[in-house]
Amino acid sequence: MSENSYGREQVVKIISSVLSRVESGTDGRLEIFRELKQLQKIIEEARQEIGAARAGDIQSMHIPTATDELDAVVAATAEATGAIMDSCDIIGEKAGIVGGDIGDALTAEVTKIYEACSFQDITGQRIKKVVSTLSTIEEKVKKLIVVLSEKLPVEVEGGGEAEDTRVGDARLLNGPQMPDKAITQDDIDKLLSQFD
Amino acid sequence: MSVDKSMNVLIVDDYNTMLRIIKNLLKQLGFDNVDEATDGTMALEKIKQKKYGLVISDWNMEPMSGLELLKQVRGSSESFAGVPFIMVTAESKTENVIMAKQAGVNNYIVKPFNAETLKTKISAVLGDF
Repeated sequence: MSENSYGREQVVKIISSVLSRVESGTDGRLEIFRELKQLQKIIEEARQEIGAARAGDIQSMHIPTATDELDAVVAATAEATGAIMDSCDIIGEKAGIVGGDIGDALTAEVTKIYEACSFQDITGQRIKKVVSTLSTIEEKVKKLIVVLSEKLPVEVEGGGEAEDTRVGDARLLNGPQMPDKAITQDDIDKLLSQFD
Repeated sequence: MSVDKSMNVLIVDDYNTMLRIIKNLLKQLGFDNVDEATDGTMALEKIKQKKYGLVISDWNMEPMSGLELLKQVRGSSESFAGVPFIMVTAESKTENVIMAKQAGVNNYIVKPFNAETLKTKISAVLGDF
């Protein structure tokens, strides 16, 4: 809410005042007009604030992005865990060849690594739950937008995609890119070679 | 009575990582004949086609969950109806354990687990080895 926001009580007070003037039949047309104008201002302000909240962005951009990032986390950890276990398989085979106390010790350590790798399954399931929660929020926001568009059909100024308000180096910090959006090392090398 | 470690064991999980972990731990315990399935439907097909001495299954899978698999196995009139069945799952609520027990599970392991826990639970179901 902005500094000039009106509370629910103020809205009720204005409406009550208008109604009582109309009902009493007193000649207060100017006063009624002034209060109706005040109500109009409140409604306009509410529309602006709903627009500023960018509920559409939450549904169309923020939640899908978060979901994609979480899916990427699951895929990346699965790949890394697979690579770790590939190495464990090889060490396990070598341990069998070495045999004796050293072979047994290696096998025991490899088993511990395997046990620890179950984190991937657990984190994957937890992330699935978060994705499911995000989907629920997305659905709720979608319904909210439908309701608001019916009651507030006018496009609010400043709508559309949210502007990146970060300044300086902060604008460059976007974390790991999704695989389909990231440029490859070859692309980077080519880009750098253009500066030579 | 000693456990026949040459028995066929079926492990069921939708996460490849878990299949590899359980298979490796079973290998450490001496069980080499291990088959894999990634959900209850695939597992049920395998159980119908091959005789297994033990089934170790995850719960949370689609389209058929581990609990549904257990119910279908126990509800069958075929010889596999009594196959020893261990649930290995992250579902750790009391009501889950009770429901699995009522469906006929032989033991219940909560993820994450280690080789010692797996050995203890298999021993509890099949006997010492």
